[in-house]
Amino acid sequence: MAKDSNTSSTGMLGWIDERFPLSSFIKNHLTGYYAPKNFNFWYFFGALALFVFVMQILTGIFLTMHYKPSAAEAFASVEYIMRDVSFGWLIRYMHSTGSSLFFVVIYLHMFRGLMYGSYRKPRELLWLFGVFIFLLLMAEAFFGYLLPWGQMSYWGAQVIVNLFTSVPFIGADLAEWVRGDYLVSDATLNRFFAFHVIALPLALAGLIFGHLIALHEVGSNNPDGIEIKDLKDKKTGIPLDGIPFHPYYTVKDLVGLSVFLIVFASIIFFAPEMGGYFLEANNFVPANPLVTPDHIAPVWYFTPFYSILRAVPPLFNSQFPGVAAMGLSVLIFFLVPWLDKSKVRSIRYKGALYKKWLSTFVISFIVLGYLGTVPSNIWGQFYNVIPIIGGKDVATIIARIFTITYFLFFILMPIYSSKDTTKPVPKRVRM
Amino acid sequence: MKNIIISIAIILSFSSSYASDSLKLQKAPIDLNDKISLQKGARNFVNYCLNCHSASYMRYNRLTDIGLTDDLIKNNLLFTSDKVGNPMSISMNNIDAKKWFGAAPPNLSVTARSRGADWIYSYLRGFYRDRSRSMGWNNTVYENSAMPHILWELQGEQHLDDKTHELELKIPGKLSPTEYDQFVGDITNYMVFMSEPGQQKRRQIGYYVLAFLFLLLILTINLKKEYWKNIK
Repeated sequence: MAKDSNTSSTGMLGWIDERFPLSSFIKNHLTGYYAPKNFNFWYFFGALALFVFVMQILTGIFLTMHYKPSAAEAFASVEYIMRDVSFGWLIRYMHSTGSSLFFVVIYLHMFRGLMYGSYRKPRELLWLFGVFIFLLLMAEAFFGYLLPWGQMSYWGAQVIVNLFTSVPFIGADLAEWVRGDYLVSDATLNRFFAFHVIALPLALAGLIFGHLIALHEVGSNNPDGIEIKDLKDKKTGIPLDGIPFHPYYTVKDLVGLSVFLIVFASIIFFAPEMGGYFLEANNFVPANPLVTPDHIAPVWYFTPFYSILRAVPPLFNSQFPGVAAMGLSVLIFFLVPWLDKSKVRSIRYKGALYKKWLSTFVISFIVLGYLGTVPSNIWGQFYNVIPIIGGKDVATIIARIFTITYFLFFILMPIYSSKDTTKPVPKRVRM
Repeated sequence: MKNIIISIAIILSFSSSYASDSLKLQKAPIDLNDKISLQKGARNFVNYCLNCHSASYMRYNRLTDIGLTDDLIKNNLLFTSDKVGNPMSISMNNIDAKKWFGAAPPNLSVTARSRGADWIYSYLRGFYRDRSRSMGWNNTVYENSAMPHILWELQGEQHLDDKTHELELKIPGKLSPTEYDQFVGDITNYMVFMSEPGQQKRRQIGYYVLAFLFLLLILTINLKKEYWKNIK
């Protein structure tokens, strides 16, 4: 960036500006970055996600100072952090609660994108960066979950790594390569630790940077889905519906952050286990390769995808279709910008059809998420195997139905989004 | 191929366990503000449990959190170690333990978090005579538990009625049933404390943090209003 003619500063700042584009950076990305003035509740979650990311890195650094990535010592070192390290319990609960709330925030952020069409042209790349971040975040959470070396950590990792064995021909070798051993062991823990504390956070930081650069290149979408850059003040060239990100949205995000911190602190200080959803009871038992827990379930944020994995029936005795469906259920988000054929961006001007499908998707996601946390016989069994969708467990049948509706939301999108009746879009945003 | 079978079996086998989980647990009398109960519980735990079970993530001097002093701990509770700063470990090793009991007695430091207080309380009340077991005891909460009834002298001998599946006290022990419930209740209470010794402090700090955050929220809301008053 060349030195900006508008920023002629003196003193210390001037000295820096002649050598580093500090003032122009602040101008381009904060005080001179114009965001639509009609952001609502849903627009808090991007900034919150960034906050949680930074917090996970910081708490993670302190945890790493005391944690021992070895099968013999890991579990005890976590208890050491909980008991003997000053405020170690706080750092650990911040990190464990932070990981769950990261997903809460990210899911709401993604839902915002789906509602207001934030993935539509010219924001396709911005969306792709986001899906990549989501994908890596899932990997990051998965690797991190092994580190406490409890029973759920161990068997969760065992189940997920074993999924690789379903890949035709090379499966068994692939799983062994990932684990570094014939079963999840010290070698696995060490490599997962390496991925968790350096490889993925580094990649995530890079992708988040790219996500923000892409955002500031195309500008923020808004609840009306109107391009504010289309209507600019003739003299200044400033969008009529735009306001500088700083100070307007920095102060507004501070309100969102305060509310978030209240929720966050309530969990950390009063319910850090969150009824077994954030910290599972079985993870307070040290990992034991010889004792398989009765019920293995991933942490809540993976359960919708896990449900899909369980719901898809095996083919020729191979679990591969389920694994493929689970992979697809995440990867399909990449295609959304090209599946939506609607004339308008925002749900405010889309018709009933799109709203129905989006609600179906949300319900599918939540029901699948719930079913992933419980055993598949939770709702009892049918007397006979149901034709076509098969199986005897009521919950499995329900999961299969919702797996289908989950995918139909995406697959049928080109059809229902182009057929849908839309309302006329106003020129200016509504507050 | 073996891995596939194992993984499929794991994935698809969320079966029988939930049916057996329907057993009714009694509500444990947990009160972490009751220092007397916690101290009694610590005494009972150290005297009866901490011979076979270790609690090695817990340090003796952490008992100062429930109102004991280093001297009190040293003179009354320090059986397995010589320094109050040492962890509550035991001298029996896991390999011997496994040979003698069939299963090594688990470390009890965080059992209250994995099993839950009600489970521990009900388990300690659920022993009954069963001559078919090698130790002569069985348990209604944890069937075929390898643990003998350590507290039988205190509780006496319970029998399981074949028809009603209820426990009956056949031979009374040194303690009355109410006293026994109190005794194991104190142990349970102590184990809940031990599973996270800092939990009371955590909650205390939590109120201050929340009070601060609500003040922060009021400030940030007003700051936002002030900046946004001209935006229409």
